[in-house]
Amino acid sequence: MFSRVLIANRGEIACRVIRTCRNLGIETVAVYSEADVNSRHVREADHAVMIGPAEAKRSYLAVDAIMKAAASTLADAIHPGYGFLSEKLELIDACVLAGIAFIGPNRDAIARIGSKIESKRIARAAGVRCVPGYDGEDQSEQSLRHEAWKIGVPLLIKASAGGGGKGMKRVDNLEEFGARLDEARREAMAAFGDQKVLLERYILRPRHLEVQLLGDRHGNLVHLFERECSIQRNYQKIIEEAPANHLPARIRDDMFTAALALGRAISYDSTGTVEFVLDADADAPPYFLEMNTRLQVEHPVTEMTTGLDLVEWQIRIAAGESLPFQQAAIRRNGWAIEARINAEDPGAGFKPSIGRILDYAEPVQANGLRIDSGVDAQSEITPHYDSMLAKIIAFGATRKVAKERIARGLKQLRISGLRTNQGLLKDIVGSAQFDETLTTRLLIDRFPDGWQVDPALSIEASSVAAAAWFFMNLPTDPESGPLATLVGFRLTAPSGLVARYPVNVRDPSERIHRDLPIRIEYLEPGTLRCFAGKDAVRIQRNATGLIVVTERSHRAYSVIDLGDDLFDLWSEGECCQRIVLAEGAAPRAVTDRGETTDQVRAELPGVVAEVPVRPGDRVVKGATIVVMEAMKLIHTLTAPRDVVIKKVHVDVGQTVAQGVVLVDYEPALEIPLPAAAS
Amino acid sequence: MHKEMEWRLNTRVQRESAPFKRNVENYAKLIEELRERMRWATAGGGKRLRSRHLERGKLLVRDRIDLLLDPGSPFLELSPLAGWGLYGNEVPAAGIVTGIGRVSGVSCMVIANDATVKGGSFFHETVRKHVRAQEIAWENRLPCIYLVDCGGAFLPEQDRVFPDYGHFGTTFYHQCRMSADGLPQISAVFGGCTAGGAYIPALSDESIMVDGTARIHLGGPPIVKAAIGEVVDAETLGGAQMHARVSGVTDYLAADEHEALARVREIVAKFNWPKECHVTRQRVRPPLLDSDDLIGIVGTDLKVSFNVRELIWRIADDSSLQEFKPEYGTTLVCGTAHLHGYPVGILANNGVLFSESSVKGAHFIELCNQRRIPLLFLQNITGFMVGTEAERGGIAKHSAKLVYAMATARVPRLTVIIGGSYGAGNYGMCGRGFGPRFLFAWPNSRIATMSPEVATMVLTDLRRSSLKGHADESVVRTIAEDTTRQFETQSDPYYATARLWDDGIIEPAQTRDVLGICLQLAAESTPRFSGPSPVYRM
Repeated sequence: MFSRVLIANRGEIACRVIRTCRNLGIETVAVYSEADVNSRHVREADHAVMIGPAEAKRSYLAVDAIMKAAASTLADAIHPGYGFLSEKLELIDACVLAGIAFIGPNRDAIARIGSKIESKRIARAAGVRCVPGYDGEDQSEQSLRHEAWKIGVPLLIKASAGGGGKGMKRVDNLEEFGARLDEARREAMAAFGDQKVLLERYILRPRHLEVQLLGDRHGNLVHLFERECSIQRNYQKIIEEAPANHLPARIRDDMFTAALALGRAISYDSTGTVEFVLDADADAPPYFLEMNTRLQVEHPVTEMTTGLDLVEWQIRIAAGESLPFQQAAIRRNGWAIEARINAEDPGAGFKPSIGRILDYAEPVQANGLRIDSGVDAQSEITPHYDSMLAKIIAFGATRKVAKERIARGLKQLRISGLRTNQGLLKDIVGSAQFDETLTTRLLIDRFPDGWQVDPALSIEASSVAAAAWFFMNLPTDPESGPLATLVGFRLTAPSGLVARYPVNVRDPSERIHRDLPIRIEYLEPGTLRCFAGKDAVRIQRNATGLIVVTERSHRAYSVIDLGDDLFDLWSEGECCQRIVLAEGAAPRAVTDRGETTDQVRAELPGVVAEVPVRPGDRVVKGATIVVMEAMKLIHTLTAPRDVVIKKVHVDVGQTVAQGVVLVDYEPALEIPLPAAAS
Repeated sequence: MHKEMEWRLNTRVQRESAPFKRNVENYAKLIEELRERMRWATAGGGKRLRSRHLERGKLLVRDRIDLLLDPGSPFLELSPLAGWGLYGNEVPAAGIVTGIGRVSGVSCMVIANDATVKGGSFFHETVRKHVRAQEIAWENRLPCIYLVDCGGAFLPEQDRVFPDYGHFGTTFYHQCRMSADGLPQISAVFGGCTAGGAYIPALSDESIMVDGTARIHLGGPPIVKAAIGEVVDAETLGGAQMHARVSGVTDYLAADEHEALARVREIVAKFNWPKECHVTRQRVRPPLLDSDDLIGIVGTDLKVSFNVRELIWRIADDSSLQEFKPEYGTTLVCGTAHLHGYPVGILANNGVLFSESSVKGAHFIELCNQRRIPLLFLQNITGFMVGTEAERGGIAKHSAKLVYAMATARVPRLTVIIGGSYGAGNYGMCGRGFGPRFLFAWPNSRIATMSPEVATMVLTDLRRSSLKGHADESVVRTIAEDTTRQFETQSDPYYATARLWDDGIIEPAQTRDVLGICLQLAAESTPRFSGPSPVYRM
């Protein structure tokens, strides 16, 4: 067994590996970039080594730096986690060279199954069906077009080397094929350094299922049943469960057989996952999609239902142990559901949320609730890495129990200071569709115009912010006398005229600032009534925050005063911020007046990927002005109307902060249409 | 705990007793009547005029005050029921809101016209209320903030508004003298200020005008046309922009009312205002007994007596009273206590005043004088004792000692009328004529030379023994009826508060907080001590 394992990763998975190493009595070495100095995984590991700057390419993807760290800490094995170098041959080669064990499958398996095109060939050879498509070597636009025509629309263009939705484009109309192909190639190049693509049939209502494999180096290979990962956003999984709901036994068995056949074909010897897609509308067999030769993010639902620690077996197998159990001995019990907590705003097109976590509290991990987290209070969420912060995994004897528990977990996991997707996840888990056959269209079907915070709750949050502002502005010094401490005293109060205070509340995340007037009425010590228009809520202060009392419910809010009248509010898994502007306060210099009418600004910190315009260019409404890369995603900033570019302030490759002016423009004058020839 | 035991042994209040319940029931009617009348006072000039005011983009007077004050600041409103029962009840709150609150952390007097009430013009009671607010500000050393929105004197009442001392001129006199005495006078102008009204901002240390609505002119367009034949519109003649940029009559131009109020707050924030406290405060401890019981104790029948200590225990911090001479002159309870942490010397009637009670009171006032403890008079008094025995005992000179000591006390004095306030008792217990810093009344109180019963008896007896000769019993009956009606009407607390004989009627449960604010103001204003302050044993 290893004595010291270096974890070449960060965040949640690094913490997850550390936990199992602890259980096995193995010391851990964390590596970190300059951006992660204060990260949780750095603190939880026994040793930690800084390996480079924030940019992943020069830290978590830098094989040299990681090998140096392993050598200097005398680590005898490297666990790659998922993402980053987990499926990169360079790391395995370096490990071999350094005489350090790689905790993962053999090099050949990764090499053969890693390419999407190659993997399909292996699958077909093993008798596993694939989605109709093209994965040929001929990457000329002309032949890709021809293949696309053969497959028919809708179809997908995918990066051959990709995963996680990067470089993936949908084509509904063959006329737009060229444009989508360019985009896919560009993103593939940026993300993977390889612009090779493949084409495949787009299934309208697909289910996304996968089978967990576990093999050792002594020829044993078992499956650990399936997981359903159909609930996705932007092609990224957000809720997974095991077992899959509404799945005929025949198809389930089909998948197990196919997965094992594929695993055997490549002599698979670690944890791995074979992904399938199922057409929810057709009685068709599952199509093989791809195989992931690593630990999956969603592995905990398998762990919860099989009682096996997959990280432990990954390590044991890498250390040469053989699996002590046969397929028949593996049993699955109960139901597990996992939800991924991402730092993103599901109400604003999943825009990444960046900043510092101000307050963090995990629900008690008992009664079938498990939290795999990579963050804690004071963690800094930077634009450099993936936006996933933590996972909530719930287990129950039945799906209903697991569902109730995950709903509670989503409400209780407290991450203040950042927008997370907890509200969306709660809505999904609580929806009727969640009990039907799941498809990857669930989000689009359920929220055709995008998910939004319940408007009533949004107004309520503004009232809470107003109340927080009021309470926090009260004199606190008991020495200040009744003229300060008799809050809201009015002789007229018993006859109905209480002390009132009007404020305006603003949501800083809205691009166009709309101030919501809130009238605060002081009812009694610690109790206010806040009016938004004619609607009123009663708000009470308690030891830990504010409680909103309405006819229907009591809802507790935690409030953090961020200074300058900015408040962070958290309630039942959802977090937002509000600025409270006192009407009677001194007129302030407002620096943040929102989007000005003649500039394009960086909406996020990131890197300028492309500036397809030059001064003097006339640009039509909706056309691209700047392409930014942030949080590993491409953001396109477009012209709000027909404009003429005045000045370009940035160069490609430049790193810019949020709010920086990128391009100046002016309105394009109407060009009169030429008179019709007479 | 020991202390708690002590008062438990002393209190005799039985909440379940029939008299207590009856008192609560009767008093609840008085409270409801007061609240009803307060609603009249706070409604301003009524729905139609309020909406017209709002349509012009103007804020209602109480909204202006809420915006001016610090969030959560208390506001001790003064004489809200001024004008009640006068002018057909068409001048709620006498068309002006006055009171004390915190602005940028500084305690200020706010004097704000209500333009929805007769255009904010000044009636006799408006002037009285304005002048009284200035008196209170001066004595308690409070900066004054004028929220001006008024049309000058109500001309049909000009003889009761303009000429005398205490009329309109006195408001300006006060403004000048207070300013000279180091008390800032700040005006924000929201509407037209014509003639006399023009001097409120003109005599202020700093003033602000709201663009578009504020105007200042000595003579409005009609007068200008009549006097010199010039035809001019009001905005050109006295608009905010002209005064801010051309005449310099005002110092700040505000785009709207919110900005004007924000400007006032900014000005006050930079007053360099001293924070002083001239007494030693204690930690604030609420009374151990419930102030809700006050109405069950005091009741509504002035003829039924009660132990005034029961009231003090429900007002004073920790229900604690250090009683002076408890065995002597027992009809006047004297003692030191704390209220909202401030020390206070309390004199409270517990029956008719005898010579012993009088000299005890005088002695106690001297003690408080020596120790710089403010005085609180809880008035419930039919008068000093009469009769041969009393006169032979020198009640006239002994009661005079109390009056003299009270009148010359150098410490701040506060009065609350909790029951009857009759005759010389009113004087001895620091009635309005003796200028207490604040005087409040409870809704069960009565104030007159004597009670209606006594007055009727005196006047009918006088008629019977009159030199005019034998009086027909029907004439005597008429006299009796007229006298009873007159005294009942005039001793009603609303008759008094409508005419500014007090600073407001308050609910008994509000008494502790109101007095707490008054004691804080007393503690934070410069004391007037000079020379020795002897304590004579009497």
